[in-house]
Amino acid sequence: MVAKLKTHYGSGIREANTYLVQNYMIVEPSLVSELLQVLRDQELFDYCVDITAVHYPQREKQFDVIWILYSFPRNERIRVKTMIADGESVPSAVPIWPAANWLEREVYDMFGIRFDGHPNLKRILLPDGWKGHPLRKDYGIIQQDQEWVQINLGIESGQ
Amino acid sequence: MTDPTFHLELQEHEKTFLDSNELIINMGPQHPATHGVLRVILKLDGEKVLGTECVIGYLHRGVEKIAEHRTYTMFNPYVDRMDYVAAVSNGLGYCESVEKLLNVEAPPRAKYIRVILAELNRLASHMLWLGTHALDIGAITPLFYTFRDREEILKIFEKYCGARLTTHAFRIGGCLYETYEGFEREVKKFLEFVTPKIGEYEELLTTNRIWVERTKGVGTISAKDCVALGVTGPVLRASGVKWDIRKAQPYAAYADFDFEIPIGQSGDTYDRYIVRMEEMRQSLRIIAQAIDRIPEGPIMAKVPKVIKPPLGEIYHSIEAPKGELGYFIVSDGSTQPYRVRVRPPSFVNLQALDLMVRDQLVADVIAVIGTLDIVLGEVDR
Repeated sequence: MVAKLKTHYGSGIREANTYLVQNYMIVEPSLVSELLQVLRDQELFDYCVDITAVHYPQREKQFDVIWILYSFPRNERIRVKTMIADGESVPSAVPIWPAANWLEREVYDMFGIRFDGHPNLKRILLPDGWKGHPLRKDYGIIQQDQEWVQINLGIESGQ
Repeated sequence: MTDPTFHLELQEHEKTFLDSNELIINMGPQHPATHGVLRVILKLDGEKVLGTECVIGYLHRGVEKIAEHRTYTMFNPYVDRMDYVAAVSNGLGYCESVEKLLNVEAPPRAKYIRVILAELNRLASHMLWLGTHALDIGAITPLFYTFRDREEILKIFEKYCGARLTTHAFRIGGCLYETYEGFEREVKKFLEFVTPKIGEYEELLTTNRIWVERTKGVGTISAKDCVALGVTGPVLRASGVKWDIRKAQPYAAYADFDFEIPIGQSGDTYDRYIVRMEEMRQSLRIIAQAIDRIPEGPIMAKVPKVIKPPLGEIYHSIEAPKGELGYFIVSDGSTQPYRVRVRPPSFVNLQALDLMVRDQLVADVIAVIGTLDIVLGEVDR
């Protein structure tokens, strides 16, 4: 499968490898939308297990966005990974797997990564008016939105 | 007899009142039937549900952020606080993920102990689900029965590791505690005790007319929708998909045991009930096999005191009582994980609520929340 995709997309797939018996590929952001569609329709990855991100502040392209997919017919998992800079967005996978809806909202909430074409991209775990995205590395572990806490909870600090 | 020529003349203010048939009501976050702090905004037409929106996050503690500031060993007890009614499964998933990252494997005896405790925990989780779910629908008795029997499981946990709920039973590389004196005997005694009890629960509910009327055809979800929405666990199986990670990609010692994957056909609340009841029996089967064949030997693999996995990423998932519980861990080669992502089954399953309650009655929302078997500690993390 990977060889087929590689010949088709060429350098768009920057790396396709196996680590600890788990397959993953690193692809260009421009390819994501098409590749995910192909993975579902032609390679039968019908179950979107998880969408998540990792923040590397020292890199120029700060974020890894990761899609973890599983195929029921093949009993196989694959991870698709792409790298984007702060402020860049990735295409939403909601039209491909409705499961992506809340998962993408959580990534947006925690990292501030926008998903183009998401039907309802707003915060999910934190309150709507919260400032900052806690899973970014520059967000401190005891940091909070002081102003929000004072206005909405009526206390000086949550700490 | 209604006369077709008769028309009720409405006053102007009555017209507007009767025309506005959409009603927004708010359920939760403090509501006895939402099993925690879940808020559901319901759009109703009379008693019919037109749509829902879940508002979650009330129990958000930033578990994933905490992980980045703790060592691998220190983070282990935190995972128990996510799905607190199935803490053993959380710990099992986490320990196995880190072991994979370290490329070590727990010794066979540790794996068997893990399976026994994890299955006991599945039983405890399903019992708690059954009691509260039946209570929501109006059957009070099952709650007393299930809590009485769940107590016996918690006693075994307490004797094994000192804790009843947040057990922290396993360590990276195996188990910290050897089984206590008389562990095998007590577990066997428990199996004998609990086997007829599951029949007792079923006697109360399976053919109970009120139960059947309240659950059959309620909250139906097709296999196709389940897969599209990423729904896993008993909910997926009740829709007819024979998929269980314990069989599909066996972990711990599950490949050694003989058990069935119960499935349903119609994907309604009643089928999910039947599937979970059957799952409890299968768990008993697994425990009975494991306790008889538990091998001798060490319970801890050779793991360095300071855990420093090599650079890399891993995704590992297990079949928790609620569905697929996955951990995605990124290591940067230091003693602290660079990133831990938890793929929570409750969070993803809850997303199906909207689809399952559309065009159903308000009272069925309660039944569907119960049947999804969510734990808010895991939804919000």
